[in-house]
Amino acid sequence: MTRTRKPGLSRRSTLALMGAGAATFAAPWVARADANTIKIGMQSILSGPIALLGTSSRNSLMIEQDRINATGGFLGRPIEFVFRDSKGQPQEAARLARELVNTTGCELLVDAEASSGSFAVQEVVRDLGIACVHTNSETSALTADPKIRAPTAFRVARQGVHDAVAGSIYLAEFANTKKLNKWATCSPDYAYGRDTTAQYLQFFKQFKPDVEVVTDAWPKLGQPDFTEVITKLTQAKPQALFTLLYAGDLSAFVNQGNVYALFSQMTVATPNVDYPVLAAIKNLPPGIQSATRYLETFPDTPANKEWGEAYFKRWNERPTNWSWQNSLAMQFYEQAIKKANSLDGKALAAALTGMKVNTPFGADGTITMREDHTTIGYAIGWGQTTPKEPFIIDVKAADWGKIIEFETEWKKQQKYI
Amino acid sequence: MDLSALGACLTSPACVVTQATSGLIVGMLLFLVAAGLTLIFGVLKVVNFAHGTFYMLGGYVAYSTLAATDSYTLAVLSGALAMALFGVLFERVLISRVYGSNVLMQLLICYAVVLIFDDLVKIVWGPEFHAMGMPTAFQVPPLFIAGGVVPPFYAVLIAIAALIAVVLSLGLSITRFGKTVRAAAINPQMVSALGVNTTLLFAIVFAIGGGLAGLAGALAAPVRSLSPGMGFSILIESFIVTVIGGMGSIAGALVSALLIGMVRGFGTIGFPRFTDGLIYIMMIAIQILRPQGLFGRRA
Repeated sequence: MTRTRKPGLSRRSTLALMGAGAATFAAPWVARADANTIKIGMQSILSGPIALLGTSSRNSLMIEQDRINATGGFLGRPIEFVFRDSKGQPQEAARLARELVNTTGCELLVDAEASSGSFAVQEVVRDLGIACVHTNSETSALTADPKIRAPTAFRVARQGVHDAVAGSIYLAEFANTKKLNKWATCSPDYAYGRDTTAQYLQFFKQFKPDVEVVTDAWPKLGQPDFTEVITKLTQAKPQALFTLLYAGDLSAFVNQGNVYALFSQMTVATPNVDYPVLAAIKNLPPGIQSATRYLETFPDTPANKEWGEAYFKRWNERPTNWSWQNSLAMQFYEQAIKKANSLDGKALAAALTGMKVNTPFGADGTITMREDHTTIGYAIGWGQTTPKEPFIIDVKAADWGKIIEFETEWKKQQKYI
Repeated sequence: MDLSALGACLTSPACVVTQATSGLIVGMLLFLVAAGLTLIFGVLKVVNFAHGTFYMLGGYVAYSTLAATDSYTLAVLSGALAMALFGVLFERVLISRVYGSNVLMQLLICYAVVLIFDDLVKIVWGPEFHAMGMPTAFQVPPLFIAGGVVPPFYAVLIAIAALIAVVLSLGLSITRFGKTVRAAAINPQMVSALGVNTTLLFAIVFAIGGGLAGLAGALAAPVRSLSPGMGFSILIESFIVTVIGGMGSIAGALVSALLIGMVRGFGTIGFPRFTDGLIYIMMIAIQILRPQGLFGRRA
């Protein structure tokens, strides 16, 4: 008897096709760029649920490009950004960073990835020796760990351990006042979420020893549905929830949490509420304990307000935390290039180390690049949400003296110093 | 792994109700997307890699309709109908040209459609996420059944998805059209020889498949963030559903989607750091024990 094969797709070939399709879909899209002037490569997450990270970074850099070119550029040459979308894939971020330097001819890098991508880009920078500023990675180890720190890479961004100290001091005081001892955590399942949550808990328990974590949840970055996470959290009946979700993920979490009346069952605290997220969430619950990522009213100075308004005027939307960090990165580059009179990685590294810039985003009007390649002195405050502008009220400024003190202690524990 | 928490949950009616509802909503929305995918595969033997795009566009169309009309019902209907129409156009203009061609050509066309529409969404709605917000009618406190939490909005979504599952199942098994579709899935040449307009039939199948994905996107839009490329993650899960359930089987898609929903609902209690892993292990186990899937026919 002869077996005949039916025309069409077999199950095996279909499965193989699905695999090939999935791999193809995950592949990147690479754009082209012109090859004039000083090219500055920037790769980030420019699509997907956390595209806000990349787009608000790009918006800020485009404002900076115009500002710097209007004042003569770098070393008398105009600058031009070349933007690439890594879609949040670390291997793609590394590939794009290398391509931006080797193929596109970029002479400086702005790495605006989330932490997962920045760690991959760090190794490319170490290999190429080009100057690079990480503008969005908040994972402390990127610069705190001397084995990971790269000679020509710097972080111009808030840092997990700084936020952890500042937030823990504020939340410990808040929890003591409200008698909140049973907490839950819910953070994205990658380096930033896990490391920073651990840091928060370490300091939180230090400042409030009777705190108990009754459950934790680790949704994937960009996960469309948080239902099972929310029900797990409500089952554990914590008095308060700490979350590091951000951008579209935070918006989806709040919307889905509203369905389960999550915000009436527990107090929620997050350091990650940005203006566009606040604006996008249609039913923002009041009373969420929140850090100021970027707030026009904090620091309450004319320079800060002016910067926020200029950004809004250009893009018809409010800036994010990532916006000010990228703007500040260009301020550091500008000042360092003038000082070094060069674009060379080593020369710029020497100029950047210890540099202080005047900026609207500093707690005292200045921000310093410390010897361990990370910024200190930026404005950190905590307050509570309100559904209408200014969205966060009763903001209390963090004490940088305490932040440095506890950061140093943490670095010793980690054997970084 | 936290088996004691899972055990405590399974012995608590409140926890069982809450997590089962959570599993049902995840499973039923997944079923709506996967049902279209498996229907198209069952009849046309086309693996529609652009299916996630239908889900995404359904959500965006609903988002804009709600903004224009303030009616969630119209928003859902417009999302589903627009994607049914898009399904017909997609089949007639593109897919119909590659029936019987190299399967890589089908993949290439679907991939092109995904990229084109991801970029079009960025141009029309912007690259950043959007949140539709909960319709006013559903801004109500959750129900409590046996101490467990059941959000009214989710109860409605589950009911709609269950109704569609019943209509789809009965429609395919007892109506003349359904019998024709099933016959075409087995032997399209013979169905055509008997005088059935298979061109129209195939277009209708794509309309149903696309419409279901669009419906799922529209129904979920009030609680999920809308962003370009959002169809990709749902596409992967839909493939898992079709592989576990058996490619081409609507009943298989329903059972498989509910299984995945329940694994998510209860897995997050017992295996909080390995819930996704559990789903893939389940898929691998079923592939080993029953390669054609739970309800699939052996080739």
